[in-house]
Amino acid sequence: MRDSFAREMTALAAQRSDVTLLSGDIGNRMFDRFKEVAPARFFNCGIAEANMMSLAAGMALSGLRPVIYTITPFTTTRCLEQIRVGVAYHQAPVVIVGTGSGLSYAELGPTHHSLEDMAILRTLPGLNVVAPADSAELVAQLREALNAPNPTYMRIGKKGEPALHGQDARLGIGKANLLREGSDLLVVGVGPILGEALQAAEALAPTGISVAVASLGGVKPLDGPFLAAMAERFPHWLSLEEHGITGGLGSALLEWLADRDGPAIRLRRLGVPDAFLHELGNQAYTRRQLGLDAEGLAQTIRRAIEERPQ
Amino acid sequence: MIATAPTQRSPAQLAATALTLRQRLVSTSAAAKIPHLGSCLSCVELLVQLYWQELHLDPANPEDPERDRFLLSKGHGAPILFQVLAERGFFPLERLEDFGKAGSVFHEHPPKPGYIPGIEAATGSLGHGLPMALGMALAARIQQRPSRCYALLSDGECNEGSIWEAALLAASQKVHTLTAIIDFNKWQATGRSQEVMALDPLAAKWEAFGWHAQEIDGHDFAAIGQALAAARAENERPSVIVAHTVKGKGVSFMEDDNNWHYRTPNPQELAAALAELETV
Repeated sequence: MRDSFAREMTALAAQRSDVTLLSGDIGNRMFDRFKEVAPARFFNCGIAEANMMSLAAGMALSGLRPVIYTITPFTTTRCLEQIRVGVAYHQAPVVIVGTGSGLSYAELGPTHHSLEDMAILRTLPGLNVVAPADSAELVAQLREALNAPNPTYMRIGKKGEPALHGQDARLGIGKANLLREGSDLLVVGVGPILGEALQAAEALAPTGISVAVASLGGVKPLDGPFLAAMAERFPHWLSLEEHGITGGLGSALLEWLADRDGPAIRLRRLGVPDAFLHELGNQAYTRRQLGLDAEGLAQTIRRAIEERPQ
Repeated sequence: MIATAPTQRSPAQLAATALTLRQRLVSTSAAAKIPHLGSCLSCVELLVQLYWQELHLDPANPEDPERDRFLLSKGHGAPILFQVLAERGFFPLERLEDFGKAGSVFHEHPPKPGYIPGIEAATGSLGHGLPMALGMALAARIQQRPSRCYALLSDGECNEGSIWEAALLAASQKVHTLTAIIDFNKWQATGRSQEVMALDPLAAKWEAFGWHAQEIDGHDFAAIGQALAAARAENERPSVIVAHTVKGKGVSFMEDDNNWHYRTPNPQELAAALAELETV
């Protein structure tokens, strides 16, 4: 995803004179092409995220379209007030990109985990909060964010994430897609971890369990019409996010369900428990430990269906 | 379109404007019970010099993309900035009759742009204005616009780490179109600014951070004008003007008394203040 981001940024900078890239001293060599294409519009803002965020707001208020890039905790919770005041309150159309989100940098420890970002940032009025599942979705959302009147926060993975969306997917901000059809239960998620859900669904199919998998693209705005259609079809949902269980996608869906009229839905939330992780391994190890890999998800889904009241 | 050049006023005219603004400020704050009078009174000459002699702005076209940008990084000085903008013609003075009233956009801090002509940024939480002004200065450089960007800071605001983050980047980027002015009135909310955190030597700190630093009497129009001209002439480093000021300047019983960070005048105090301001 990182490479797709750098490639798309370079292409956009070549097309548009207002696209500006601010890095928090990361992305070694990653933006070499961008710097060739738009040398005056690349800024290494150093390890000083508060200034970088306010500076981006100032640029946006002057008509530029700045994109901020650094590791997720540093571009979110580190400078939350600058996001709240400079970006969200001013509705300065900044695009804030958090790389290595969720457990991408699991082995780097809690300082580099981002398991609260969506929960915290979706409370800010007027800020889109998106979490693309693959590179195609990232590119579509980035393009849309750079034309939107309001700011966007985008959490992305690192590299090697598989493509999950088909050619005919309707990608963008607040646009959901059904990645896999099914009939027994709906997994509704965001981010690259949806790849694990697809593998779980594939593994369960021969056992007669039919799982549908939906990709929501983000937590704000939610795709209301899509969710309403899903609510008509599926009484049992599992939400899935590589994010803490508090306040993220699962919570956003519960809020959406609580405030609407329609058929009752049983929603169970899957994510990282409400705890800091310090017995560390890589992302695959950590997902496995938390039951968020394909195998763990398959077990959870099977149990959810077996324990369902008849 | 080139933004309108500043007005050219004599020192006597500038002093008269400052006096009028102080009178209105004290009256309005007393009526609306809005505090921070001391912080507003310390920066009157700085604002008058900026708005009448320095900034390229057109009150009739406040969103001209080529305008200079002024950000009140010390957002609690909004009551005096509102008076300045009204007097400079950005909006009718009558609008300030709503100052402090429920439902009004005129309260203790500036709202985001779009509600009050001439306001470039919502400030009030300290440490945001200078980084935003830096972003605007870099934008002007990219867009090849003539705009210069100014931020007025308080000395207490220099406690904020984001100020020094901005200082470091502005120097590495050689943003010589950026000028920070520090209203160095020696007080912050609950103590002497030199004692709460080790600000001293303030100008030397900025100089060490790569800025062109000047120290002046922040109530002397000629000195402010010369310092702004020197900042404009600097073609490599960003500039800082450390303006030595007196908190509560112009009203004897408010001068250097930090209680006027919080208090608003009662009717007797208002009368006494106005009597002093009329006899200057």
